[in-house]
Amino acid sequence: MKKDSRVASVLIAPSFIPLIAFLILPMIAAVTLSFASWDLLSPIKFVGFSNFKELFSHSLFYKSLFNSLIFIAGYLPLVYFLGLAAALGLNKKFRGSNLLRAAYFLPVVTSWVVVSLLWKWILNPDGGVVNSFLHVFGIHGPGWWTSPTWAMPSVIIASVWKDLGYVMLILLSGLQSIPPEYQEAAAMDGATKRQILFRITLPLLTPATFFVIVISLINNFQVFDQIYLMTGGGPDGSTSVLVQQIVKNAFDYGRMGFASAMSMVLFAIILLITLAQLRLQKRWVHYA
Amino acid sequence: MRKVKARGEYLTRSLLVLGALVMIFPFFWMVSSSLKNAAEAFATPPTLIPKAATLVNYRHVTENLDLPRLFLNSISVSVTVTIIQVLTSAMAGYAFARLHFKGKKTLFLVYLMTMMIPMQVIIVPLFIEMRQLHLLDSLLGLGLPMVVSAFGAFFMRQAMTGIPIEIEEAALLDGASHIRIFRSIALPLTIPALSALTILAFMSVWNAFLWPLVEIFSPEKMTLPLGLANLQGEHSTDWPMVMAGTTLAVIPVVLVYIGFQKHITQSFLTAGLKG
Repeated sequence: MKKDSRVASVLIAPSFIPLIAFLILPMIAAVTLSFASWDLLSPIKFVGFSNFKELFSHSLFYKSLFNSLIFIAGYLPLVYFLGLAAALGLNKKFRGSNLLRAAYFLPVVTSWVVVSLLWKWILNPDGGVVNSFLHVFGIHGPGWWTSPTWAMPSVIIASVWKDLGYVMLILLSGLQSIPPEYQEAAAMDGATKRQILFRITLPLLTPATFFVIVISLINNFQVFDQIYLMTGGGPDGSTSVLVQQIVKNAFDYGRMGFASAMSMVLFAIILLITLAQLRLQKRWVHYA
Repeated sequence: MRKVKARGEYLTRSLLVLGALVMIFPFFWMVSSSLKNAAEAFATPPTLIPKAATLVNYRHVTENLDLPRLFLNSISVSVTVTIIQVLTSAMAGYAFARLHFKGKKTLFLVYLMTMMIPMQVIIVPLFIEMRQLHLLDSLLGLGLPMVVSAFGAFFMRQAMTGIPIEIEEAALLDGASHIRIFRSIALPLTIPALSALTILAFMSVWNAFLWPLVEIFSPEKMTLPLGLANLQGEHSTDWPMVMAGTTLAVIPVVLVYIGFQKHITQSFLTAGLKG
């Protein structure tokens, strides 16, 4: 036992020391800073709850939260149903099915910088392939990422394209964990394909579905790269989100305290989703 | 009956192929645009395959970016961080899985709780910390915070708990030390988990954007994603040149993906949590 302790500390220290230095201490600092006002130059000043007061009377803050909800409302159904369709289609192996899977998955391993630049070009208002294509049919395409109405859909399209393969992968493994006997037995009893899908396959897929929803919610509130690269939060704040506001306030305006208060809100949201997940999991997930 | 089934299957497969073409098209368009001159790139109707293919955009991108430098920076940071992250995760994982020591439960709980804190939440204090340590705008400062992975320790603990304990008990009776068991039993027996963690760690560092954006300012210290992002002009962007840059960045990724397709998808699955 005693000897174990010494070995344990040798084994754990190399990961625990960085964990303290670059995660736990910064987290404590973030909490502290959220009650302070600091521009890095003048001395740090503690201001109580005034960062939070300002935050909750800040229209751009509400807009950023609202934009995250809009993003989720557009992104989640699209990525889920398209991913589900691909997973159902590719569940059975056939000649070329591996190649098709690879095609759907390739954007997942591509970096956000490449994906954002690529879609910005595809959706370029002038000379972008989508608008040029529409032009052939006499349709004047929208301004996409330059238009307050179409900027969010542009970001959603790029995000769905990038993540679809990942969702497909999760759902595929969910489908493969369903014992085929269930579907076979139902088919023998004369159930139609549609009945099998809605009464057996989809209910037994709820663990994977649940996972996709939770992971998407948590990730969606942390969205930054594609927003920064495609729209910079604009035009006119139409795609501004929380993390982009944190970065802007901290590094453009030098408002470290105010930005940290926003970080606390972000953390609270993630914490809430995680807790809700633990609670709800038991209620509507069916295990085979 | 049989005919109906065949027709349904035919339709499904056609839709799947169509979907795959839509997924691949952006990549195709990227390469195609990178080979066009400015006039053709913006032409309406667009040409699928460049009529007058040119490599001028590739010359422009190498004039604008020190690509070998960017690749070198990305590779060195990604490789170093990955090795340290995987190794320290495996060590902590072994301790949590196999050793008995005071405070183990509490310590493990700390690891679990920190898994909930994303980089985005602590980006401001991390910047301040690096500034105090005089590590801003350095590859060391870039790498240090990315070494941390509570998830890795958790993941390796799960893998090492799965090793049959009898093997280790036999080794212990033969007088082997824990360090020895870790090196010659635990590590070799968890190679699938280690390689999954390696792939995920490498990809997350290789593709990282937010932290490098905050930490690095000098062009000669930038990683590939940062350099590419800088190709966008403030007012107008030379898109064919940008597409040449992204094409060059994607080629190694595609090659690695083709080579390790099974391992890569598997690691995304087993470690889905990290998403």
